[in-house]
Amino acid sequence: MQPALEWQVGEVTRVRTETPRTKTLTLALPKWMAHRPGQHYDVSLTAPDGYRTERSYSAASEPERAGEVDLTVERIDDGEVSPYLDDVLMPGDQLEVRGPIGGYFVWDVSLGGPLLLIGGGSGVVPLMAMLRHRAAQKAPIPARLLYSSRSAQEVIYRTEFERLADGDGELEVVFTFTRHAPPGWTGYQRRIDPAMLDEVMQSLGNGVRSYVCGPTLLVEAVSNALVAMGLPAGRVRTERFGPTGT
Amino acid sequence: MISRGFFGRRRPAEVENRLPPGQYLVTDFPVLSAGPTPHTPLDRWSFTLEGLVGSPVSWSWDSFLKLPSQAFTVDISCVTKWTKLGTKWLGVSVDTLLQSVHVDGTARYVMAFSDGGYTTNVPLAEMVNGQAFIAYQFDDKPLAAVHGGPARLVVPHLYFWKSAKWVRGLRFIDHDEPGFWESLGYNMHGDPWKEERYSGD
Repeated sequence: MQPALEWQVGEVTRVRTETPRTKTLTLALPKWMAHRPGQHYDVSLTAPDGYRTERSYSAASEPERAGEVDLTVERIDDGEVSPYLDDVLMPGDQLEVRGPIGGYFVWDVSLGGPLLLIGGGSGVVPLMAMLRHRAAQKAPIPARLLYSSRSAQEVIYRTEFERLADGDGELEVVFTFTRHAPPGWTGYQRRIDPAMLDEVMQSLGNGVRSYVCGPTLLVEAVSNALVAMGLPAGRVRTERFGPTGT
Repeated sequence: MISRGFFGRRRPAEVENRLPPGQYLVTDFPVLSAGPTPHTPLDRWSFTLEGLVGSPVSWSWDSFLKLPSQAFTVDISCVTKWTKLGTKWLGVSVDTLLQSVHVDGTARYVMAFSDGGYTTNVPLAEMVNGQAFIAYQFDDKPLAAVHGGPARLVVPHLYFWKSAKWVRGLRFIDHDEPGFWESLGYNMHGDPWKEERYSGD
C-alpha cells in the first residue's frame, strides 16, 4: 500500500486575475511533489466552528516549477468554495491541500504524441499544465489545443497560449467562441463538432492521444465524435464537470 | 487549521448529518467518467457471474429484466466530493443474482467489469444482504448512458466509483485485486464515512 497522501499547509504567494471570473493562486508547498500534468489537488477549508469541506482543483502549472503549484479557480457565483478562494484569499494566507492526485487524465512527454487537447471553459486548466510541461521540456511533440469559450473575455491564459504557439512550429492553438466572438473574428464561432475536430486533427497524423476536459455536454459530444472518427477509446481520456462543480 | 475568513454554508442538521466528511450537497447529478461513454446495443448486452462459481451464468437483457427487481432510495457520494441524497433506483439485488449460481467458499472479493474495460473491486461481504444492486432505472426512467446505462452496479455505502457504470458482470475471486481507479492511487475499499479516498487513507 502506498503511504497516505498527507494534508499540508501551503502559503498563497501570488493571486493573479486571469479573467473576470477566474483567478490563479500560486501556493508554496512545504512537502511539494512533482505532479504529472493533468493531476489535481484536494483543497480543504475549515470554519472556526470546525465545519469542513473539500474540493478538487487541477494543477495549472508545469511540474518543472519545483516547490509550488498554481491552481486556477473559476468563481461559481452561488458556490461555497470558489468565491472564497477567488475573493477572500490573499498572498500570505494559508491553504490546506493534499496531492497530487489522479493517474489517468495525465500526460507527460514520456507518453509522446501527437497530442490533441480539447477544452471547454475552465476545463482548459489541466491541459495548460500539459502544454507548459511540453514547453519546459522543449519537446517537439506535435500538439493541438482546441479551446471552446463563450466569449473572448472568458478565455483563460490567452496571451500565454499565443506566446507558446508563436515560437513553436509543432503547436497550434485554435479558439472557438460559442456566444460572442470578438469583432473581426474569422475563426470558429460554434460549438465543437466533428467537422471542426477533423480540421484541427488533420495535420496531426496517426496515433493521436486525446485529452478532453470541460462541461459534460462538451465532453460527451467530443469524445463520442473522436471514437466515431476511429480513435481507440483508450486514447480518448476525459475529465468532466457537471453544472454543479462549485 | 482554520481557514481565515471561511465560514462555509451550513445545511439543516438533518442534511449535514447525511453528508460524509469533506463532502458537499448537490441536487443535480454530475457525470464523471475516465473515457468515452460506451453504447452497447441491448441485443448484444449480457450480464455474467464468473470466476469462483460452480458454473458461470449469463443473462440477456430480456431475461435480466424478468428477474425480480427492487426499488431502492439511497444517498450516494462521489470521491470528487459531491453527495446526492435520496436517489431513486430500480434494479436487481446481487442477492437475487446469487440464487442462480453456487459461489465457491473461497471467494472473498468481487471484481465488477464493464463495457470499455472498467473494473472495480468490492469485498464479497459488502455485495450481499441488500448492499448492492444492478440498477437499470433512475428516477423512474431508463438509466441514461452517461450515468452508466443500460445498467450499472450500485453499492451506495462506498464511494461511487465502486458503483461501476456500464457493468457487464461480476467475477468472484479469492483475494483482493485493484480495479481501474484502485490501480491509479484510489483506495481499495472506499468508505466515504471513513474518508477512504486514496491509497493509504
